Amino acid sequence: MDTIGLYRTTIGKKAVMAVTGAALLLFVIAHMIGNLAVFSGADAIDGYGRFLREINVVWPMRIGLLGCIALHFLAAYQLTAKARKARGKYEHRRRVQGSYAARTMRWGGVIIALFVVYHLLDLTVGWLNPHGVSGEIYANVVADFQHWYVVLAYTLAVVALGFHIRHGVWSATQTLGITTSRVIGLGVAVVICAGFLSVPFAVFTGLVS
Amino acid sequence: MKLTLRIWRQSSATGRLVDYELEDLSPDMSFLEMLDVLNERLITAGDDPVAFDHDCREGICGMCGLMINGMAHGPEKATTACQLHLRHFKDGDVITVEPWRAEPFPVVRDLVVDRSAFDRIVAAGGYISVPAGSAPDAHATPVPKPDADTAFEAAACIGCGACVAACPNGSGMLFTAAKATHLGVLPQGQPERYSRARDMVAEHDASGFGGCTNAGECTPACPKGIPLTTIARLNADLLRGHTIRSDR
Repeated sequence: MDTIGLYRTTIGKKAVMAVTGAALLLFVIAHMIGNLAVFSGADAIDGYGRFLREINVVWPMRIGLLGCIALHFLAAYQLTAKARKARGKYEHRRRVQGSYAARTMRWGGVIIALFVVYHLLDLTVGWLNPHGVSGEIYANVVADFQHWYVVLAYTLAVVALGFHIRHGVWSATQTLGITTSRVIGLGVAVVICAGFLSVPFAVFTGLVS
Repeated sequence: MKLTLRIWRQSSATGRLVDYELEDLSPDMSFLEMLDVLNERLITAGDDPVAFDHDCREGICGMCGLMINGMAHGPEKATTACQLHLRHFKDGDVITVEPWRAEPFPVVRDLVVDRSAFDRIVAAGGYISVPAGSAPDAHATPVPKPDADTAFEAAACIGCGACVAACPNGSGMLFTAAKATHLGVLPQGQPERYSRARDMVAEHDASGFGGCTNAGECTPACPKGIPLTTIARLNADLLRGHTIRSDR
C-alpha cells in the first residue's frame, strides 16, 4: 500500500475525488429522501429532525462531510491547476463531444459550494430564513418557498447539482476502473433533481402549506 | 477549388496566423498535398515554406497532426490529416490550420511540435522484457480471442497526439492507456503489468500533461478511435499497482 505515491499521480487524485464524491452523493440521496417527509406533514419532518439529533448522527455526519468536501476540493484544485498549465491555447477551437455537464464540473462545483453556504445559513442556522426558528423545520421550509427568488435560487442550485452528478457518477466509475453507461449518471441526476425540487414546487404552488 | 488558409507561422518564441489564398485545387487532393502546392509556390517566390510533419501519408505512421478548423486532424472521423481530402471542404472555405497545442508539446516551427514526451512515456514502461534469442513459436502462448481483440484495438494507436491536442486538460491519458492496454491484456505483458502502469503514469504526469476528467474529447478526435474503456483499464491497473499490487 503506497497511499502517498498514489495521491501524487493524477489518477490517485481523481480516485480521491471519486470516493469522496460517492460519499457526498450517498449523503445527498439520504438528504433527498429525508426531505420527502415534508409531504407527511409538520409532525413527520420535525420529528425526523429530532430523531437525527437523538441518535447523535448530526455532528459526526457534519465532520465527515466537511472532510469529504475538503479532500474533494483539494484534489480538484490541484488537478485544475495542472490542467490549466498543460492545455493548449488555440486561436480557433471547436469542441466535438461538447458535454455541458463535463465542461461545467469545476465552476459547477464552486456554485454548489456557495449554495451550500447559503443553504446552511438559511435552513440550518436560520439567519437568512423568514421564519428561522430552530427545530421548526416544516414552518421554516414553508416560509422559505413562499418567495419566488428563494425557489429560483434552490432550483438553479439543484439543477447545477444535477449536472455535476450526471458527469460525476460516470466519471467516478471510470476513474475507479469500471466503464458504465452514461445513462446511469443521467438517471441518478434526474431522480435527485426531481426529489429535491418537489418540495419548493409543492410549497410554492400551495400543495404544502 | 479555391480555399483561403490561415496558417500558424512561427520561427521564434511567438507566432501568428498568416492568410494564403490557393486556387485551382483538385477536390481529390489530400490536405498535405495542398500544403505541398502552397510550399512549392512559397519556395518559387523565395519565401520560407510552411514546416509540417508527415511521413507515410497512408494514415498509419502518426507523424502528421494538424488542428484544422479547431479539430484535430480535421472534421472527418477516424481520419488522419494526410487522408483528409479537399472534397470534404466547400469551394471558397476559410480554413484555420494550427499545430497541436499543449505544454508538453512545444512548437518547433510553424506546424511542427516536439512529441518526445510520448517517447518518454513509452520508454518508462511501454514494453515487455523478453530473453532475446530465437523467436518463440507463434502459438506457444494461447491468447483468448476477446483479449486479443482488446489488445489489437489499443495497439492501433499511432501516437500522433490528437488526443492531447483535443483534450481540454492537455492530458495524454488516452495515449498512455492505449499503450498500457495493448500490453496489459496479453499474457506476455503480465509480469510488468502493475509496474508498467505506475511508471508510465508517473512519466505522463512528470512530462506536464494534465489529468483526465473523462470529458471524452479524445476518442472522437483519435484517427484510430481508441475507446475510453482503455483509460478505465489503466486506472484500475494503477490503483491496484499502488495498493494490493504495490509489491510488483
